[in-house]
Amino acid sequence: MEFKEKKKTREGFGRALEELGEKNPNVVVLVGDLAESTMVHFFAKKFPERFFQMGVAEQNMTNVAAGLSLTGKIPFFSTYGAFAACRNLDHVRVTICYSNLNVKIGGAHGGISVGPDGATHQAMEEFAIMRSLPNMKLIVPCDFWEAKKATLKSAEIWGPFYIRFGREDVPVVTDESRPFIFGKADIHREGKDLSIIACGVMVAEALSAAEMLESQGISARVLNMHTLKPIDKEAIVKAAQETGAIVTAEEHQIHGGLGSTVAQVVAENHPVPMEYVAVMDRFGMSGKPEELMKEFGIKDVNIVEKALKVLKRKKSGC
Amino acid sequence: MLQISQEKELRKNPFGYDIEQLKEVALRIRRDILTMLPEAGSGHTGGPLSAADFGTALFFNEMVYDPKNPKWPDRDMWFFSFGHVTPVHYSLLAEAGFFPKRDLLKFRKLDGHLQGHPSCLDSPGIEVSSGSLGQGLSIAVGAALGSRIDKHPRRVYCLMSDGEQQEGSIWEAAMSAAHYKVDNLCGLIDFNNAQIDGKVENIMGIEPLYDKYKAFGWHAIDIDGHNYRQILDALAEAKTVKGKPTVILCRTYMGKGVSFMEDDYRWHGKPPKKEEAEKALIELGTTYQEWYQHLLNH
Repeated sequence: MEFKEKKKTREGFGRALEELGEKNPNVVVLVGDLAESTMVHFFAKKFPERFFQMGVAEQNMTNVAAGLSLTGKIPFFSTYGAFAACRNLDHVRVTICYSNLNVKIGGAHGGISVGPDGATHQAMEEFAIMRSLPNMKLIVPCDFWEAKKATLKSAEIWGPFYIRFGREDVPVVTDESRPFIFGKADIHREGKDLSIIACGVMVAEALSAAEMLESQGISARVLNMHTLKPIDKEAIVKAAQETGAIVTAEEHQIHGGLGSTVAQVVAENHPVPMEYVAVMDRFGMSGKPEELMKEFGIKDVNIVEKALKVLKRKKSGC
Repeated sequence: MLQISQEKELRKNPFGYDIEQLKEVALRIRRDILTMLPEAGSGHTGGPLSAADFGTALFFNEMVYDPKNPKWPDRDMWFFSFGHVTPVHYSLLAEAGFFPKRDLLKFRKLDGHLQGHPSCLDSPGIEVSSGSLGQGLSIAVGAALGSRIDKHPRRVYCLMSDGEQQEGSIWEAAMSAAHYKVDNLCGLIDFNNAQIDGKVENIMGIEPLYDKYKAFGWHAIDIDGHNYRQILDALAEAKTVKGKPTVILCRTYMGKGVSFMEDDYRWHGKPPKKEEAEKALIELGTTYQEWYQHLLNH
């Protein structure tokens, strides 16, 4: 499937912060020596008095943000996901989540598509980590527009947020006017034979897979599950009831991510056959983003393969 | 933006006690600590007793706050980075009037609000939950920066242990505080040279701590942490320092005030048994039963 336009999700984050800077004098931004990479430099340029360069010290940055929030500020801090969710986890857990502070985390460079930097910089554990923390909310935007809207929305809702962004240009599958409803799945395509539930860049892959399936006479519903916590149980249960089979797709480890979350909801409410497209419990490696997506089996063709498998299971009733 | 009182006289400590009065308060604080701990059956004894004097000076002479309005926008902010000294933290809050003293008897219990380590969502007077060491100084830097953006006259105090100076994040925070020149920040270190496994110098030496903070760009003051004159002078000096944060190394004794606990690291992480508490409380001029009743009635 060809997409007309490609853009970075992290740019959506950067542009949203720039807009928030104008709208809300309480918004402050911190970064760990990655201002251009995380695209907070747009904000830094316009609002230098509310921008804090924190250097290569993510634990400190996390809790300086916490302290700023105690004075009524709305801090957004950003670095790569590997350091925004893992290096500083104790600080996120004890200070930010246990205290339910109004701190927003922009985790850039998530997923295998980070590419040549290799495993250390390809964060693929953030969903599992952030989902397990009480009070934390987690959004995984699928494109530039959704990243922008998710960032703007997070400033309006009290409490800790983690928003995951990628490094590469990714297909724009929404547009400026499409509504973004926090906590509600966005149905991109109706279908009756199965549902593909995806997040992040995998929404584009899911749409492409749905088109391939259509050519084989299979009708697939595509849900963009941009909010992983709180998860939209209603949409998942509805998908299970109405289509009877589910494939999840995420650029994250198989354990504890979108697939696990959906499976829990399905198992509790309306068990149906499920298959998973994810990184299968292995670390990433260096390569071109597209090569890695293929190597790790998280392309549209992999979704199609899992869709055919889940349909076979649906038919045979197991 | 926060609304800040323009009237300077409103920004003062609600007690303003002199040294003799501070000593009386500290005696009550020590009695509280030694009564609530055996009742809880677990918790830390040594650190709370060593921090009792400079803690009392902060709450009853130095800091600006309103115990009846814990979120008063004009307030100073304090962070107990060493969360485990809750017995002294809670006793100070109760003595100041944030909650009744009888609550201390429900410390660490399911039907009380006083968690083993402080939780800001459960108890008043706590800005942020703590318990994992080495985190408070960063929070204090953030609060100091936020106050500076608002041109708020607030001072921010961060109380730390000596043991937690071993955490790398303390030095990340120290670096950033000097980099951003947060002179509205004052750190106090309970330097009792004792941590759970032994003497700090034997577990993981942190000296020369004064020189380390100086090298990190701080104004440092080294005092006897049980001498009120020195404590008050150091706090006053900290307020005059411009362009850099101040740290006060309070040289203290673990278990201060109780003869058989003083300077003994084994009292770091355990509570006294009731008979030990009784012995300690007699040294402090009361009895377990008497002080238990006192807490119940206040």
